Amino acid sequence: MCIAIPAEVIEIRGESIALVDFGDLQQEIRIDLVDVEPGDFVLVHVGFAIQRLSREEGLETREIFRQVYAAMEE
Amino acid sequence: MSDGQRIIETLHALVDEDIAIMHICGTHEAAIARAGIRSLLPERLKIVMGPGCPVCITPQGEIDAALDLVDQGCIVATYGDLLRVPGTRGSLESSGGDVRVVQGVHKAVEIAQREPEKEVAFISVGFETTAPTVAAAILGNPPENFSILSCHRLVPPAMQWLLEQGEAELHGFMLPGHVCTVAGYREYERFPVPQVVAGFEPEDILLGLVMLARQIRRGERRIENAYPRAVTREGNAKAKRLMYQVFEPVDVEWRGFPVIPESGLRLRQEYARYDAQKKFCIEIKHVEKHSACICDQVLRGIARPSDCRLFAKGCTPRTPVGPCMVSQEGACRIWHLYESRRA
Ligand code: SF4
Repeated sequence: MCIAIPAEVIEIRGESIALVDFGDLQQEIRIDLVDVEPGDFVLVHVGFAIQRLSREEGLETREIFRQVYAAMEE
Repeated sequence: MSDGQRIIETLHALVDEDIAIMHICGTHEAAIARAGIRSLLPERLKIVMGPGCPVCITPQGEIDAALDLVDQGCIVATYGDLLRVPGTRGSLESSGGDVRVVQGVHKAVEIAQREPEKEVAFISVGFETTAPTVAAAILGNPPENFSILSCHRLVPPAMQWLLEQGEAELHGFMLPGHVCTVAGYREYERFPVPQVVAGFEPEDILLGLVMLARQIRRGERRIENAYPRAVTREGNAKAKRLMYQVFEPVDVEWRGFPVIPESGLRLRQEYARYDAQKKFCIEIKHVEKHSACICDQVLRGIARPSDCRLFAKGCTPRTPVGPCMVSQEGACRIWHLYESRRA
């Protein structure tokens, strides 16, 4: 549950909700803890963005996290 | 030669004494196990996993408290990882109560909004990574039928305990990446021990080990940030501010540890109406362990999962005896996954 996955912010929906793209899935998340705009990358944990990431970091980490977590969930 | 191989060679050249490095992060453990990093290391270099799994370090008394909330007729909402952790009388999964798995605290609040006639208690585990999300939810004024059982823990006080106690003879720490993403690493600067914030690629982890081995060899004791892309010294200031606006530190026990001063978080007086423990008069008791499970030693970094005589025998992910086999971030579960694959 300490798992966190990078995602790209697609759209801000209201004060503290954003639609983000995880690469294979789009989901609404909470953005109470960060100030973000569409196009920013964020690290998402338990349905909340917990930090902003650089774009490169977002894209790079996403793949490795996906592999590690896919294995953990088995 | 690949980067990875070059880093491994450097590491072998650096290590000429017994070194033990602790990391405090389930994702690090999974990345290490998955890439088979331990088999690449110099023989005298050991990596151990410390108390880096929030579900695992939640003591049995708090699982029992969650079961008490079920008995009092609450809808108990929590993360899937906690469902099968054994308490004194079964687990949340086997309790027969209305237990619901949620992605995060905001989903538990939604249940409370949808079902105003019921009490909804959220079992709130997690480190500095997670506590700010709960703080944000509380600051959003959830309905009165919502409350939380705060099982949060802070990492630095546990590190302090490990260092003072010295039982695991640790020479350095790989700091937890996601915790530091939020909390930053300034607070760790007070620890007189080599520390590195490392990323999660096998190369990142190996690089972190090289940095630690180099510090140890030179007798240095500082923090190096090998993951500046995500982690800064200050972390996420807003998240930390919200966390301390809602919570205050409190002395609590960890599974495998005694009471560690100021290592937990409780709701401040202003938000006490959301405190399930107060609302339902729940007492959290210390429970002596009596099974052969050695999770307590695994969490302190003095035993490996394979040292447990139940590992992969009486205790498997399907029949977990201790929390370290239940949680996806638990060392036993991760070892079981990769050992059974290799076999
Ligand atoms: S293998 Fe099972 S019983 Fe042994 S320490 Fe791990 S969780 Fe406990």
